[in-house]
Amino acid sequence: MAKRNKIGWYLLFTVPLLIIFTIVVIIPFVIGIYYAFFQWDGISANPMEFNGLDNFFRLMDDERFLRSTWLTVLFTVLSVITVNAVGLAFALLVTSKLKLANLARTMLFMPYLIGGLILGYIWQFVFLDVFTLIGGITGLDSLFFNWLNDEDFALFALVLVFTWQMAGYVMIVYIAGLQGIPGEVVEAAKMDGASGWQRFSRITVPLLMPAFTISLFLTLSYGFKIYDVNLSLTGGGPANATELFAMNIYNEIFGYNNYGYGQAKAIVFFVIVAAITLTQVYLTKKREVEM
Amino acid sequence: MGILRKWSKEILLLAMAIVFLSPIYIIFVNSFKNRRELYENTLAPPTEFTLEFYEGAMARMDFFNAFLNSMYVTVVSVIFIVILSSMTAWMLARNANWISTVIFMTLIATMLIPFQTIMMPLMQLVTGITRSTGIPLYNSLSGLIFMNVGFNAALSVFLYHGFVKSIPISLEEAATIDGASKLGVFWRVVFPILTPITATVMILNVILIWNDFLLPSLTLIDKELRTIPLSVFYFFGEFTIEWNMAMAGLTLTIIPVVIFYMISQKYIIKGIGEGAVK
Repeated sequence: MAKRNKIGWYLLFTVPLLIIFTIVVIIPFVIGIYYAFFQWDGISANPMEFNGLDNFFRLMDDERFLRSTWLTVLFTVLSVITVNAVGLAFALLVTSKLKLANLARTMLFMPYLIGGLILGYIWQFVFLDVFTLIGGITGLDSLFFNWLNDEDFALFALVLVFTWQMAGYVMIVYIAGLQGIPGEVVEAAKMDGASGWQRFSRITVPLLMPAFTISLFLTLSYGFKIYDVNLSLTGGGPANATELFAMNIYNEIFGYNNYGYGQAKAIVFFVIVAAITLTQVYLTKKREVEM
Repeated sequence: MGILRKWSKEILLLAMAIVFLSPIYIIFVNSFKNRRELYENTLAPPTEFTLEFYEGAMARMDFFNAFLNSMYVTVVSVIFIVILSSMTAWMLARNANWISTVIFMTLIATMLIPFQTIMMPLMQLVTGITRSTGIPLYNSLSGLIFMNVGFNAALSVFLYHGFVKSIPISLEEAATIDGASKLGVFWRVVFPILTPITATVMILNVILIWNDFLLPSLTLIDKELRTIPLSVFYFFGEFTIEWNMAMAGLTLTIIPVVIFYMISQKYIIKGIGEGAVK
């Protein structure tokens, strides 16, 4: 009796959420794998044709997809570096004993709260108008021009905006890490005559490893999956020069109605995202210093 | 010397933060300028003050309607997420058996799945359900709320689970001996203790859901159902861009975010830190 009662409570507490979760995440994931082996245009009246692994073979010769993959990797690598460098610099600045540190922290975090879509539109104007204006005034118009019209610079524009969005976010993570470093350790090193750089590289960095793990994990997966900023800032242009992975999948499925082939891309996307994030967490976890 | 150096550092820090936020300033000042003045001097404050572009942007974006939709979806989704995921996490954490482990691990593992991987089959599923049963999952705000709960369940359960494991079980046992049911124990004893993590879960979900674009764009078809990101997207898509009106529109969408930030700044920074660290 008591046992049955216990099971009843267990189900009452967990089943509602698990049903929703199963409908929204698990079932679509499973049927998504199934769809990836068919050719289908998404119209339910039209037949779905099984074509085995053809979708996956086709991926390897799809130049637009391969280019998109390369661009995504490039974007992610650049972004991970810039976001973390800027975020860590911000964190070091606002944890110094300056009076305005709290205000600065509040301001630097602000962009993250405004959604990616809106940030992209804001920066569209900055590139269009402010960049050309600065270029005109300073004469540096080889650097300050509308990046969004240039096939190479458009990707850097994405990196810049993404950094602007995420730097404040990883700053918060690094602040938590910095505050966790015991003051005595730093003081002791100071007494022993360690220079500022030595204290930073020998004490702060190793003890910040957990914060690095988290920040790298976050920027890697956010960067690889970027969509909103991509859509509103460049729309994938010019000439598909910034069509990143997520957008390529969206366009394949909903733009060209290649539901089966697009879904095969989506599955590959999942495998890559999962592999990258798991590897990264594994590698950095190993290097963390135990206190 | 010391004072001077200290002050210059303060000023430098502030200047850096101001430059950092300058894109928002630019959008704001230019939302009041007419076309000629906008292109004459982008960075200067407006010489004449007009709200004309705000009126235009509000009308075109159907701003109040979009705002109410966004509010409704965010608030109701977050309430359901808090209730359902805290209950689930508590049960899973307090009944450590293989079923709980399997459920918990499945939830965590799905956090690796990008939205793009399941968006198409999800849309097939919800349109199928709506067509065959009449349950309005597709093209309705309640359907969007339902999906928000499903998508944000894993992270929320994960956060609650970690917190529950850190609180002693003795209080709950005392309440059980006093004859309270599981439901009573949870709501009267456990849930109040969970308040700090509830704040974190709420903050993280509010930010994610308020700014979400892709899921609403796939599932909300009717114009009057549009949330703020959707109305901004269509606003920029439908017309050749009239920048002063566009900037008024962007400023309008930022205002609620700034107000939210000012009210709950302390909790947001703490919540983001905790949400990320776990």
